[in-house]
Amino acid sequence: MRLIVHNMLSCNIRGVVNKFPLRIEPEKVIVKEVDFNPDFLKHMIAKIDWKALVDGARSMGYPELPDHPPTTLESDESFLRKFHHSLLELNLEEGSLVCPETGRKFSVNKGIPNMLLHEDEV
Amino acid sequence: MANRPELLAPPEIFYDETEARKYTSSSRIVEIQARLSERALELLALPEDDVPRFLLDIGCGSGLSGETISENGHHWIGLDISASMLNVAVEREVEGDLLLGDMGQGLGLRSGVIDGAISISAVQWLCNADKSCHEPRLRLKAFFGSLYRCLSRGARAVFQVYPENIAQRELILRQALQAGFGGGLVVDYPHSTKKRKEFLVLTCGSIQTSIQTSKNEHGESCSEDDFSEDEESGTVSMSDRNRARKRQKTKKNKKGREWILRKKEQSRRKGNDVPEDSKYTGRKRKSRF
Repeated sequence: MRLIVHNMLSCNIRGVVNKFPLRIEPEKVIVKEVDFNPDFLKHMIAKIDWKALVDGARSMGYPELPDHPPTTLESDESFLRKFHHSLLELNLEEGSLVCPETGRKFSVNKGIPNMLLHEDEV
Repeated sequence: MANRPELLAPPEIFYDETEARKYTSSSRIVEIQARLSERALELLALPEDDVPRFLLDIGCGSGLSGETISENGHHWIGLDISASMLNVAVEREVEGDLLLGDMGQGLGLRSGVIDGAISISAVQWLCNADKSCHEPRLRLKAFFGSLYRCLSRGARAVFQVYPENIAQRELILRQALQAGFGGGLVVDYPHSTKKRKEFLVLTCGSIQTSIQTSKNEHGESCSEDDFSEDEESGTVSMSDRNRARKRQKTKKNKKGREWILRKKEQSRRKGNDVPEDSKYTGRKRKSRF
């Protein structure tokens, strides 16, 4: 699971208010190379919850991201590289995601988060 | 279609290890899936500016449809309920991200982040109640509601569906429109039973080109309770306002015994020759007179 997905995923249990972001408990993190595409990054940055991304990247052992994104993206190649790396190349292979309110754990196996809910959580 | 997989077992059980492998190794299915995904992407009508978009593939299975998305240069998240299918997808090293989840429980995604959604031969599974806690109408509602929230404004969702009958098609379409989507059905090869393919094209926000009949049904029902009642009893829905108007009209037109007696009295006062009043006055003749 990449951080771009983590940035969109929220806890889906019925009645939970504080459901984003899910806390990452990594066991195994791998890096898969992805083609660098500045257009896509510029398109996505408006949709990204920055704090969740920074925290997510830190918990996966990548503390390079600044606390706030720079206002001008075009000139800042090194920033875009870091953004690209954290958003698309860091993969959570094994571990779990924890709901911030209920503490419910969603396990991640082979990079696939198991988001299935039990009957009483729907 | 002779035997529908939906009728055999729930999806997470039907697509087990062997079935998942069989599905992906069949060149016929691979070809059909690729063609369907190609067409779904075409209907998605993403802006042609070479910027990759972030799409959602619902019921992605082993990632056959996702491959087409990757070929077109977009990023995608795939959602499926069958762990075996997702394992095959991992083995095939698909480029998208995979999620194990049930679309009937709603998609737990943040609002407004997805640029478009496709789904190939998956939504009709929601029409089945595989567990005692499943209620197809509520599951479709949860699915379409959560999808509407996570799509960005003006985004489209294209579902290729195999509805079992007209009722299923109506149910899916109605729930989609109730969730706030505009849109309708696109049918490819309508003349052929074998090649016939149905695509549900839904738009989120601005553009409104919904199918007329479904829209009327939607407008007439005042509340949700009306809907469920109609569905349970299986009656044709008709709003109260129309019925009342009809009743009023018939009352006005009907001229009763009193009216006849008054008219006869008027006529007598004018000096006309009027038959006498009796118990038969103002009665209806029998049908065989």
